Amino acid sequence: MSQLLNLWTRFLSLNADVQVRWKSMSRAQRLSGYALAVLALYLAPWWPKIPGIGWLVNTPGTQFSTVLNDQVIIFVLVALGLNVVVGLAGLLDLGYVGFYAVGAYVVGVLTSQHASLPWIVALPIAVLVSMLVGVILGTPTLRLRGDYLAIVTLGFGEIIRISAKNLDWLGASRGISDIGKPPSIGPLTLGPLTLGPLKFGVIDPKPYYWLGLTLVFLVVFCLYRLEESRVGRAWTAIREDEDAAELMGVNTFKFKLWAFAIGAAVGGLAGAHYAGKVGFISPDNFPLQLSILFLAAVVLGGSGNMYGAILGGVMVAWLPERFRNFTDKRVLVFGIALVLVMVFRPEGLLPRRVRTKSPMKPASDGQEVAQ
Amino acid sequence: MTNEVLLDFNNVTMQFGGVTALSDVSVKIFRGEILGLIGPNGAGKTTCFNVMTGVYQPTQGSVVFNGSDITKLKRFQITQSGIARTFQNIRLFSEMTAVENVMVGADARKTSSIPAALLRTKHQRAEEKESYDRSMELLALMGIADRASDAARNLPYGYQRRLEIARALATEPELLCLDEPAAGFNPAEKQQLNELIFTIRDRGYTVLLIEHDMSVVMNVSDRVVVLDFGKKIAEGLPNEVRSNPDVIAAYLGVPDDAA
Repeated sequence: MSQLLNLWTRFLSLNADVQVRWKSMSRAQRLSGYALAVLALYLAPWWPKIPGIGWLVNTPGTQFSTVLNDQVIIFVLVALGLNVVVGLAGLLDLGYVGFYAVGAYVVGVLTSQHASLPWIVALPIAVLVSMLVGVILGTPTLRLRGDYLAIVTLGFGEIIRISAKNLDWLGASRGISDIGKPPSIGPLTLGPLTLGPLKFGVIDPKPYYWLGLTLVFLVVFCLYRLEESRVGRAWTAIREDEDAAELMGVNTFKFKLWAFAIGAAVGGLAGAHYAGKVGFISPDNFPLQLSILFLAAVVLGGSGNMYGAILGGVMVAWLPERFRNFTDKRVLVFGIALVLVMVFRPEGLLPRRVRTKSPMKPASDGQEVAQ
Repeated sequence: MTNEVLLDFNNVTMQFGGVTALSDVSVKIFRGEILGLIGPNGAGKTTCFNVMTGVYQPTQGSVVFNGSDITKLKRFQITQSGIARTFQNIRLFSEMTAVENVMVGADARKTSSIPAALLRTKHQRAEEKESYDRSMELLALMGIADRASDAARNLPYGYQRRLEIARALATEPELLCLDEPAAGFNPAEKQQLNELIFTIRDRGYTVLLIEHDMSVVMNVSDRVVVLDFGKKIAEGLPNEVRSNPDVIAAYLGVPDDAA
């Protein structure tokens, strides 16, 4: 195992070499590199068919594209959102499943239980409501720090689940069924090429995966912009030393609340996507254990590093499915894998990096300082 | 130095339970001066700073800055109104780079928030560039620009001390409070620091300096205030204070036969 981790460390240093070479490439080369990577991700449902590595990624017993959407995409989205709260702003949130549930329930209520809005209309409402719930929860609780905040959020997650279980208005323990699905797209005709139509049905999970992947890209884009701005700096400063940050003029309460709201919005987005795919939700879909797994994804991948969070989300979602043929021992295998990673790489698989490059593109008038 | 009062520390008493850390202390800081605040260990110097910057709410008394009462303001509001400080035990954002640390300070004067950052508006990009340029300028002023892209925790001690000053200056304060900036410096570094403090003053900042090191305080300060056991025991020009019997007694003790 430690050899395996050695290998990983070697991979990371190799990665650094690749980065150096990457930077020396021309813009066109880099753009085509990105395009290829994006294409490969959209073609992921067919990865198990690739000879050589197909057996490695394959998930025995479950359709691979189902795992991709229902597990991987959901966990990646959630890990991205939770990373803002835990990794960037340093606020320990143990009830993140609550926001995920709010997103799912808003879609359920608006498309099936009490109205019949289309999914695409319910989606932004779900995101906004989750954000609002984040603000409502954050306003009184963000005055607490560390362990105390963790306990309060833990309670929040349970309150949401138990409320859903006991409110007839939300379907109680029966849950909500017949939830609206995303609208079909196409067929799209590009010259001789006809694409689609992309139907969001019950049988084929691939369109959901593609939609989910697009949402992931959208979220990554937005979070990247936030990280590389005054907002991201404020969050990091709060994580590093909250008192010093406030004495340097950071309105800590406001930015903590924003971190909570942004995290909640992404969690709600994941919930809305999930509800649209499965079509049926009940309080049992949102157990406390899920909050723990979400947090595990962030910490395993590398708290504070967006790409680490993505990797962690992929691992936590995919590993148990990969080892499904271990039947009831798979949870044990998964647990051992988590413990080993934490022992040998306590900062996660992709640790937080100090940005070596200046946050601004250095001006050409020699602003950048020689090392 | 002018006769305009920049900060008026008005009959401040600060109690923690039964302990009185400051007892009815009044200090006036004039615009453009360098005021040294000295006293033996535990005299209440840092408590003074903490009251001024809003870390503590005084039990009694008020702090008036630039003509307005700041006693009840939140800490970040006090910073935004023009008081910045450094810390006795260095408190940088250790995982951020040097320039990012300073940018956090510079951001105190900026307004763009989440929506602007998401849309990368023109205003937001201009502010980012302004923050960055100003931060690099300050790092250069402090003579530490060569390590701008290093994580703060990887900087040598002297750099960290100066980075704290740069970060405080970035908030564009009118009053800069330095809490033992020479702690742990060798004589050459102290000499450099003296010059740095003069440079800062010449740029129009008012400086309040807490320092143990007499070579720094006596050389740099225009006026000196001495605290002992939470009370102000002397105030005046460095030379006057140096020969004040109360001050000598506070520092060296009173000989038995004098009692």
